[in-house]
Amino acid sequence: MIIGRSVPRIDGHAKVTGKAVYVDDLPPRPGELWGVTVRSPVAHGTLRGIELDPAFDWSDVTVVTAEDLVAMGVENLVALIEEDQPILATGVVRHVYEPVALVACADRDKAERARAAVKLLIDPLPAVLSLDEGTVVQKKYRIDRADVDAALAASEVVIEGTYRVHHQEQLYIEPQGVVASWHEGETPVVHVAGSLQCPYYVHKALKKAFHLVDDAAARVEQTVTGGGFGGKEEYPSMIGLHAALLARKSGRPVRLIYGRKEDIEATTKRHPAVCKVTLGCKRDGTFEAIKVDVVMDGGAYVTLTPVVLSRGTLHACGAYRFAHHRVESRAVATNTPPNGAFRGFGAPQTIWAVERHVDAVARALGRSPIDLRRQNLLQKGDLTSTGQVLDVSVGGQECLDAATKAADFDRRARDLEAWNAAEAAAGRRKRRGLGISTFMHGAGFTGSGEHRLKGKVQVDLERGGRLRVRSASTDIGQGTETIFQQIAAEAADLAFEDVSFENPDTSKVPDSGPTVASRTVMVVGSIVQKAAAAVASHVRAKAAPGESFATAGDRLLAAGDAETKCLVQYVPPQSRAFDDATYQGDAYPCYSWACDVAEVEVDLDTFETRVLRLFTAHDVGKAINPVLCAGQVEGGTLQAIGWAIHEAIVWRKDGSIANARMTNYIVPTSVDAPEFHTTLVEVPYPNGPGGAKGVGELPMDGGAPAVANAIEHALSADLRWGAGVLLPDLPLLPENVFERARRAEVVS
Amino acid sequence: MKLQVNGVMHEVEASPTARLLDVLRGPLGLTGTKEGCGEGECGSCTILLDGLPVNACLVLAGQAEGAEILTVEGLAAGQLAPLQQCFVDDGGAQCGICTPGMLIAAEALLRRNKAPDDAEIREAIAGNICRCTGYQRIVDAIKHAAVVRAGGAS
Repeated sequence: MIIGRSVPRIDGHAKVTGKAVYVDDLPPRPGELWGVTVRSPVAHGTLRGIELDPAFDWSDVTVVTAEDLVAMGVENLVALIEEDQPILATGVVRHVYEPVALVACADRDKAERARAAVKLLIDPLPAVLSLDEGTVVQKKYRIDRADVDAALAASEVVIEGTYRVHHQEQLYIEPQGVVASWHEGETPVVHVAGSLQCPYYVHKALKKAFHLVDDAAARVEQTVTGGGFGGKEEYPSMIGLHAALLARKSGRPVRLIYGRKEDIEATTKRHPAVCKVTLGCKRDGTFEAIKVDVVMDGGAYVTLTPVVLSRGTLHACGAYRFAHHRVESRAVATNTPPNGAFRGFGAPQTIWAVERHVDAVARALGRSPIDLRRQNLLQKGDLTSTGQVLDVSVGGQECLDAATKAADFDRRARDLEAWNAAEAAAGRRKRRGLGISTFMHGAGFTGSGEHRLKGKVQVDLERGGRLRVRSASTDIGQGTETIFQQIAAEAADLAFEDVSFENPDTSKVPDSGPTVASRTVMVVGSIVQKAAAAVASHVRAKAAPGESFATAGDRLLAAGDAETKCLVQYVPPQSRAFDDATYQGDAYPCYSWACDVAEVEVDLDTFETRVLRLFTAHDVGKAINPVLCAGQVEGGTLQAIGWAIHEAIVWRKDGSIANARMTNYIVPTSVDAPEFHTTLVEVPYPNGPGGAKGVGELPMDGGAPAVANAIEHALSADLRWGAGVLLPDLPLLPENVFERARRAEVVS
Repeated sequence: MKLQVNGVMHEVEASPTARLLDVLRGPLGLTGTKEGCGEGECGSCTILLDGLPVNACLVLAGQAEGAEILTVEGLAAGQLAPLQQCFVDDGGAQCGICTPGMLIAAEALLRRNKAPDDAEIREAIAGNICRCTGYQRIVDAIKHAAVVRAGGAS
């Protein structure tokens, strides 16, 4: 079996020797220019004009503004869901850092000086800078199942709470960038290579803006990508368009790579949200009805907000059984940079709320957070908020059991309480606590998404009995190359070494759909499996008695046999259709499940939190490559911990960012990170390769509430607070925890 | 200007006030050393300067004259060094952009401490930010490499 084995990652050698070529490692092309972006310093305003400083030498500088797009016949639009975002602002600017003009020069320093010599004439307008002030609704959804109002009215216990979460920056360590060239009258006309997750998104945006009819007219290829986490899902379309425009106007190749500051300021972030939860249950803790009101901050343009809000809506009732559900959600526009894809994609925001609320209910009922979760966790046969019957691969209970067992939860909690008592008796100021979260994440695109996407892969036989996997699914660190080779080798009954992976390049691979939504292994992997099996079985069927696979393959290739290539399109499994109007039906083909147990230490003087240990169990269906899979779980969980206790974007009153540097946007280092104890649970999903389902986003969902729950446990002997939870809002920076603790009653 | 990099003396045309990072990546073509922030926070450009880990984005090329420079390209001699092999086998590299700097920081540690414990490893790589792994597998890989370097089982 190659599936299930921790084969060393195929790109590992290049990455540990420094030979892997990232976008900034591409050798300079002859005549190449350095491109920069001129951005609005104003959150909202009327753009009256653009002035080029007459004292500056513009002779070797290319400048592109919205007027040039008109002159070139380019459609001023970044193609995505809604057609509202311009490539370059015209008439009005809607957020600080909005691109207004582009500049390129062979001399990089001069390009930077030229940027400063472009003057934007903007008359400021009133700006909306937080979701509380937002009135323009970008999208809304409503789930209404059974009779929530009647059920809440009849419930023995009804608890309400409101929970807020903040922006988060992806902070991939390689900033965004592309190199573009324009070849008038040739094929392709436009060529973009860069750090990106979704080559066909950029391809679509180029085709739309430049009115290219032929698919081959635009070529987009991925360079080795230094992390993405959603941040390189949609934004590379913008950078690709900018670089292509400069290349077209100048007739030279253009390199456009962001510095760290620009990357943090201008690119997308996680949507802030506020959720109001009302939960009705029996006195014995049985959940009956839930009502959730969700508001997200979409930012200045719609970009991916409708899909992020959708996933947030579908995860708002958590991993628990209710007979009555209502979720009403809306995203509002603000004059801040558009928020976009970030691992978890709306789910961490609503899961934070429902997990915190379950802790509030546990407190009100005097129940342990574990027992209350165990009592209400969704099980096989239960219904979700969309009325989907969970009929397959439901591993929530297994994860809860595995994580609490690994942590030896009850004993550890008692030991920590004893440790705290000893610390207190000795007059010391450190306290420790244990917290838990349980959660699920829908794998693959929501509802009818995969029907619309029609993702494809191709597997080709090559000389020597080898197979080549052609897919647009990108490896951005998670190990796609290696895992697809494992899946193909297993399906074809060949050695791992006999399979190779074509670099995602729109001139060489079909559109497999984007690398998002925890769909790569489960959805695209399943068609890699089918295509590889089809080619291999064809070769074996045509082989003469005693003829080796390689010899038979070479003979078929020489004869031009058409079935030595196999293109497979994904067909979603038969399921109850999802109704986009009522939000009822099968929202996802299946769900992945998890439980986190966090052990923290809180300093009673500084209110700093350290996460000492993190026990986690993730039901991934089947770990194709356990080392890579556990790497996803741990890395995603640490991002969640970062979001909870370290990371915060600081907004100035003018809508700009005060901490757009790695010096002051703080992500966890090795000394901040906990010791991880990871268990991979495998409750197979029959339609995934080897039983596998999605894992990429799930780990982002549960870290923050587990840490919050643990902090409250740590403080529980020293502080007494009223109804609900002590910590309803993120981030849990020391000053915020202090502020909450200050309002609580100190137990003397 | 003369720079000794990975045991080889290079004659290079560059301003002594250029960042060492740019000289390595540009004229010397050693693009294994990465730039993540340009202000000494991320550690992606960590190199050894006379055996000490430094951020090449904060060092002027002229300051490196006469010193011995080690970059990620100098770690493998023919085959992968144990540290590199352990990073590949144990899941120490995901997207790989922090990996060259992380390896160099680990190399510096293992040169001065042949059997570091977890806390010493975490301290030694605290200046190297990884956004992918959660660090556990990097710590495990470095510990594993220490055993291999000491002649233990791989």
